[in-house]
Amino acid sequence: MKNKTLTLYALAYLAFLYVPVLVLPIFSFNDSQFIAFPLSGFTTRWYAGLAADSAMQHALINSLKVGLTTALLSTLLGLMAAKAVTRYRMRGTGAIMAFISLPLFIPDIVLGISLVLLLGTVGLPLSLAAVVLGHLLVCVPFSLTVLVARFEGFDKNLEEASADLGEGSWMTFWRVTFPLMLPGIIASLLLTFITSFDEFLVAYFLSGTEATLPIYIWGQLRFPERLPMVLALGATILTVSVALVVLAEYVRNLGVKKPMVGA
Amino acid sequence: MSFLAITNVNKSFGGPAVVNDVSLDVPRGEFFALLGPSGCGKTTLLRMIAGFETPDSGTIAIDGEVMNAVPPNLRPTNMVFQSYAIFPHLNVFDNIAYGLRKLKLPKNALRAKVETMLATVRLEGLGGRAADQLSGGQRQRVALARALVREPKILLLDEPLGALDKRLREVMQLELRAIQRKIGITFVLVTHDQEEALSLSDRVAVMEGGKILQVATPRTLYERPASRAVADFIGEMNFFHATVREIGETATVNAGVLGILSLPAANLAPGIKVGDHILLAIRPEHVGFAASGVAGEIATSTFLGERSHFHVRLPGRSEPVAVSGHAPPSGAVHVVFPPEKLIGLPV
Repeated sequence: MKNKTLTLYALAYLAFLYVPVLVLPIFSFNDSQFIAFPLSGFTTRWYAGLAADSAMQHALINSLKVGLTTALLSTLLGLMAAKAVTRYRMRGTGAIMAFISLPLFIPDIVLGISLVLLLGTVGLPLSLAAVVLGHLLVCVPFSLTVLVARFEGFDKNLEEASADLGEGSWMTFWRVTFPLMLPGIIASLLLTFITSFDEFLVAYFLSGTEATLPIYIWGQLRFPERLPMVLALGATILTVSVALVVLAEYVRNLGVKKPMVGA
Repeated sequence: MSFLAITNVNKSFGGPAVVNDVSLDVPRGEFFALLGPSGCGKTTLLRMIAGFETPDSGTIAIDGEVMNAVPPNLRPTNMVFQSYAIFPHLNVFDNIAYGLRKLKLPKNALRAKVETMLATVRLEGLGGRAADQLSGGQRQRVALARALVREPKILLLDEPLGALDKRLREVMQLELRAIQRKIGITFVLVTHDQEEALSLSDRVAVMEGGKILQVATPRTLYERPASRAVADFIGEMNFFHATVREIGETATVNAGVLGILSLPAANLAPGIKVGDHILLAIRPEHVGFAASGVAGEIATSTFLGERSHFHVRLPGRSEPVAVSGHAPPSGAVHVVFPPEKLIGLPV
């Protein structure tokens, strides 16, 4: 009896989580401008419309540019910070970690407004570069968390062994640290790319005249007749995002089963 | 200056001294051991020789060259880590070849060099094996080969046999000794296992609390420890309080429950004078059972195969005397302390 209740609860919970998401793909294939049941037939014309929409493609390319740059920079910065906090005897590593992670807990809208004010004060124009800077604030904590965990998973003696065997710090990084960190680095790239690609508020404040994809979608919502196409776009983004997150998790767990320490 | 010269080296990590004014001289080709309990500073000393830590003061010189400012990658030393630190992303061959990159050897010369080293550590044919498919003993051999292939002036070994089971450890001890004899380079071994230190090394430094208590051959450490701390660390020893009465050819001491004893004056530690309060020390296997002597009673008896171990209670002494030997006739016994086996240590 009790088990049945729990099962029902679990099913209801899952429905609550995923039914809203399913609305997107369902209506993106519905052959009607109006988002309402009953469904009126199957079509792929909204997807075909996407392929022909040059403004959408421009926004997509902007988002890819911002996402890739953010992912690379954030992972690089995260890698350096993670190495510093895990490898060197320093005072205040706890405080450093906390300060780097703090932007995660600042509401994006506050972050967006303060960045606009800051850019205005120092006289920098709103641009995609400004969006990258904003996204870095949000993404570096993700990179740091993923990479610190990976650093802690391998024996510090491995880097010492490399030094002992004649390699300086640069070659030690390339021959030992980098290959062993690679799954963490790839996971960090994927996670930060997704985060930046999906981010709306900070981009909305900082992008100026160049729209990223979420901003483009927001703009399209004013036109009811374009709504099915937005749904098609949303469904596509959703599919790719989920795929990337699953991939990131898979890569991050690579090699975890085998112990990475030397013993 | 000796081959490895450590002079007045101090190191602390912001707290009390971990290595406290240590000086050591190790000649070329010696198998030298640093022996002590965990936290005695032996690993820190080894890491300073390797270059992973810098002395706060004092110098470390190898073959006449002061090493203090030389980073680990430029030192003529190589290390076998306690965890072995086998690179998990490389196979056995690439692990061993790791330190040869700068030599820029042609491919077949490199291969030949690594193969020779694989044979030296008896891992022939395992070059293609992945790092995670090695047993504990094989990992140990790879770590050894990877260090030796660079032909260091000094090989440093940090508790190299600690992770192995007893039988494998005994096999590897013999092999380590054989390899060291064969290639003739200086080995510095860190261990907390006194048996390992005694059986492998030409000389042993016993460390405690960051200081060196005694440096001597294994036999001297065992037979003539310089202090109670050393005697306690190397095997088991019985101690009796005594007072020196006379010193001539022989020394006469009043040893309480053991009575008045005469022992060779050479058995007293240097610096002991008439009237001094001292510790008389004797190993369990040198204490004997006899028909007459100090009367006692066997408190415990443990059968160990070729010999047995006893605790004998003496009247007027709370601590039992450890005796190692063959079982006496049962019941009350007499124990004897051959004077030539007694040594006098400062309290």
